[in-house]
Amino acid sequence: MIIDHPLLGPRDSAEFTYMGDARLIDRPDPDAGTAAQDFYEYGYLRDNPAGWHDELWFHEAGDRSWLVITRNTLTHEISKVQLARDVARSRGRSK
Amino acid sequence: MRYSGFKVIKEALTGHKGWTPAWRDPAPQAHYDIVIIGGGGHGLATAYYLAKQYQQKRIAVLEKGWIGGGNVGRNTTIIRSNYLLDGNEPFYEFSLKLWEGLEQDFNYNAMISQRGILNLIHSDAQRDAFIRRGNAMILNGADAEMLTTEQIKARYPFLNTDDARFPIKGGLAQHRGGTVRHDAVAWGYARGADGHGVDIIQNCEVTGFRIENGKCLGVETSKGFIGAGKVGCAVAGSSSRLMSKADMRLPMESHVLQAFVSEGLKPVLPGVVTFGAGHFYCSQSDKGGLVFGGDLDGYNSYAQRGNLPVVEDVCEGGMAIFPAFGRARLLRMWGGIMDMSMDGSPIIDRTHIDGLYFNGGWCYGGFKATPASGFCFAHLLATDAPHPTATAYRFDRFEKGLMIDEKGMGNQPNLH
Repeated sequence: MIIDHPLLGPRDSAEFTYMGDARLIDRPDPDAGTAAQDFYEYGYLRDNPAGWHDELWFHEAGDRSWLVITRNTLTHEISKVQLARDVARSRGRSK
Repeated sequence: MRYSGFKVIKEALTGHKGWTPAWRDPAPQAHYDIVIIGGGGHGLATAYYLAKQYQQKRIAVLEKGWIGGGNVGRNTTIIRSNYLLDGNEPFYEFSLKLWEGLEQDFNYNAMISQRGILNLIHSDAQRDAFIRRGNAMILNGADAEMLTTEQIKARYPFLNTDDARFPIKGGLAQHRGGTVRHDAVAWGYARGADGHGVDIIQNCEVTGFRIENGKCLGVETSKGFIGAGKVGCAVAGSSSRLMSKADMRLPMESHVLQAFVSEGLKPVLPGVVTFGAGHFYCSQSDKGGLVFGGDLDGYNSYAQRGNLPVVEDVCEGGMAIFPAFGRARLLRMWGGIMDMSMDGSPIIDRTHIDGLYFNGGWCYGGFKATPASGFCFAHLLATDAPHPTATAYRFDRFEKGLMIDEKGMGNQPNLH
């Protein structure tokens, strides 16, 4: 697979480490009353869809950036690559 | 029809006119006591033991394609019980014992060959870890033996034990481990189950569950609704897809694992050997092909095919330990979809929905588990209680912190 890095252009996926479902960006509130259940679901349960999947890839052998990649798990086709920090900020993280 | 040497000779002398299909091709009935979803090794074994061991009646196995077309026909055929943790080792040893009696039990030649498995050791720390593992195996009734470099040299004279980078310091052997003709496992269980009255229904895809008031009443399929007293799911890599139809999210990701076979060679590798300094393992099939594999590709996939970086990585591992094999050409490579759980261990448990049972999360260790998985799942379906060797394989272990994490990797499925 070739990953079209937003800053570096097309890179071999072997340079990256797969870090799982991009929903991991949305860390639960540790002060919420339901925190124990929320963190169990956050840590252990996954949608694991067959089809389009937003996922985190870490450019370990590159610029160390984290990406959110929209990829089809049935075909390995990649439709969208974003910097994870942009995605996180757009969701109100790291204000 | 019972297979035997006498039967083969009789048929040979009478023009082979007496053979009949090994299993029927029935139309689905409107209702079964127990419906198993998934006609792979685990589903067929479950149906077989339900009918034979637990005397259950009116059982169906539903398979969306043809039986044995998934991971039971895609693995590297190795059986072993060299696990470390208490939750796992008794279960896998139970499985190995079932393998040892399987062919006589289901009257089918699965070419079970206890040629032994050898885990090579390349460092002092690895020796300590493998001695601990061997002791855990012996404590649970399995066989394990630490071999010296000289003993390994006698069995595998072509191994370079003095390699500067990866010297071989010894090895952990399980002599009862070995290989099996994997397709024959699916066929043997299918034939055995069919002989006990189980309906094996192929080309029948489950499209949904009918759940009312928290109870599963049956399954919607491509061949219409099929009612069921109990529904057992054993669909490996498709577990998350199937259980999402019951609004369940599972503690697993589906990953692609590749496997490889070389052209046929004269006998060169008598047992199964694993490289300890990289992820590579190899055995030689009875046809002569070197069967080998290594790591997952590492990303979620349902594609049943992998990518080239892992091919390169696996072959590099092979070249590091067996440089001579570099002269053999690769004949075939393929991928299977692994239900990678969050701790690397499986689940055989009831769900929160009454009448709906789940078997999955086998990661890439499902083949060796086939007999015990079927036996324990049958036990659960028949008695509503876990089999004594499978009590740890619960859904709620992640919530309760009771993980069975052989490699100590945490909730990162692609590292197990």
